Amino acid sequence: MSNVLEVRDLVVSYGKVEALRGLSLTVGDGETVSLLGNNGAGKSTTVGAISGVVRVTSGTITAFGKDVTNAKPWDLVEMGIIHVPEGRRIFSRLTVHENLQIGGYAVSDTSVINQRIKQVYSLLPRLAERRSQQGGTLSGGEQQMLAIGRAMVSGPKLLMLDEPSMGLAPLMVAQVMDVVRDIREQGTSVLLIEQNARSALRVATRGYVIDSGVVTIEAPAEQLRADPRVVEAYLGK
Amino acid sequence: MDFEYLLQLILNGLFVGSFYGLVALGYSMVYGIIKLLNFAHGDIYMLGAFSGYTLLTIGAGVIGGQASIAVLVVIMLIAMVLTGTVGLILERVAYRPLRGAPRLSVLITAVGASFALEYGIAVSFGPNPRVYPVRLGNEAFTIFGARLTYAQLAMMLIAVALMIGLDQAVRRTRSGRAMRAISQDPKACLLMGINVDSVITRTFFIGSALAGAAGVMSGAYYGKIDFLMGFIIGLKAFTAAVIGGIGNLRGAVLGAIVLGLLESFGTAWLGSEWRDVFAFGFLILFLTVRPTGLLGERVTERV
Repeated sequence: MSNVLEVRDLVVSYGKVEALRGLSLTVGDGETVSLLGNNGAGKSTTVGAISGVVRVTSGTITAFGKDVTNAKPWDLVEMGIIHVPEGRRIFSRLTVHENLQIGGYAVSDTSVINQRIKQVYSLLPRLAERRSQQGGTLSGGEQQMLAIGRAMVSGPKLLMLDEPSMGLAPLMVAQVMDVVRDIREQGTSVLLIEQNARSALRVATRGYVIDSGVVTIEAPAEQLRADPRVVEAYLGK
Repeated sequence: MDFEYLLQLILNGLFVGSFYGLVALGYSMVYGIIKLLNFAHGDIYMLGAFSGYTLLTIGAGVIGGQASIAVLVVIMLIAMVLTGTVGLILERVAYRPLRGAPRLSVLITAVGASFALEYGIAVSFGPNPRVYPVRLGNEAFTIFGARLTYAQLAMMLIAVALMIGLDQAVRRTRSGRAMRAISQDPKACLLMGINVDSVITRTFFIGSALAGAAGVMSGAYYGKIDFLMGFIIGLKAFTAAVIGGIGNLRGAVLGAIVLGLLESFGTAWLGSEWRDVFAFGFLILFLTVRPTGLLGERVTERV
């Protein structure tokens, strides 16, 4: 299996604090990889570095065989890497439809954008119902769906989701994970950052546990679900 | 107060308001997108007047003393490109390096940029006022007893056309959508593949071009320009933007019209020497009573 993403010995420092201290991970073509870890472990920093909004101090990031360390975020989006940020960050004063159009900003062909928006609407009919409503009027779960839908319009080959279940009711979390599963089935590779290890490991094929900026455990999802260290730290009981 | 006088005051107010509107739009656009009060914006207007002056002086032999509206429009378009380019350079040189710096540092830089432009022109053209090489004709017509010159009408129409064009561009085009998105969350825009820097550059270009257009029109209409002419109108445009709700483009135009009318009526009531006192009194009133302006949303400080 070829890798869509390879991260090698990544170091990121904020001033004197090292948020990542030589982190390595890979995402294979069509894989759904979960990144688990506590608050402050470096999960968001990792995705931020991959999507070009956090400066990498040392180490390399390779996407689709090309070195993309410290590349511009818009170039990465054009290559097919999209990052759905923590807290959704939808545009609350743009309509649902405009939010989706922004998702297609890097795509030059309008008919492709419209086609993809149509696909998003059929996958997420709630958004279609609310297409001319302002993004800010949606519920938390709908906003998360919009954030994912917006990312899908860019036509990603690698979708990175940062804490998509954060602040959502359990039923909504399940729905979000269903959408992630649908996306995976379309052949998109997914990097899923979660504190909610239980639901993340249900969707993922493989997972990494990171702690203080380095990978501590790497294993297939079912193995992680059974790993006593993971059970104790992230799954409870 | 009889009806004709009232209508005359309204027309005067609308005319002045359309100038303020063109300048206020640039103020509001830039504030909306990067939360910067670009105090050099009024000087871009002044620069527009001087570009028009230079172009007309060079072209005087060809055009002759009496310029037609058509010639002025061409001059105006060239001046718009020039001032737009200056605005773009200003952003690159003075503001972009300070992106992410405290707001006060950027504000002080804007004041510095304003002085640099003013005294740069003072050095190149001399401190004394220059007389515009062309004057617009005084032929007028009356509607319901109020008097309006054709030149005033043409300038108002040009201003309205530019405003509608901008409004539609911001509402409907891909770039316009990106501008609105950046004004809400620039970081999320980066993740969506928007080259935020280039959109900001475009915003400065457009805002400065509109101010430049107003500068040329003002030179041709009032006939006299000087290097400090942008100072007061910059503050007036700021006032208009605040009245309408800063960051809101339709608000900027509305605020400009309101300010134009207030000045027109205030002048009729108190005498023209009170005009600026009256206008800035309203600025203070709005800042205390309704800082979000007529159409503005509540401003939330971004963390």
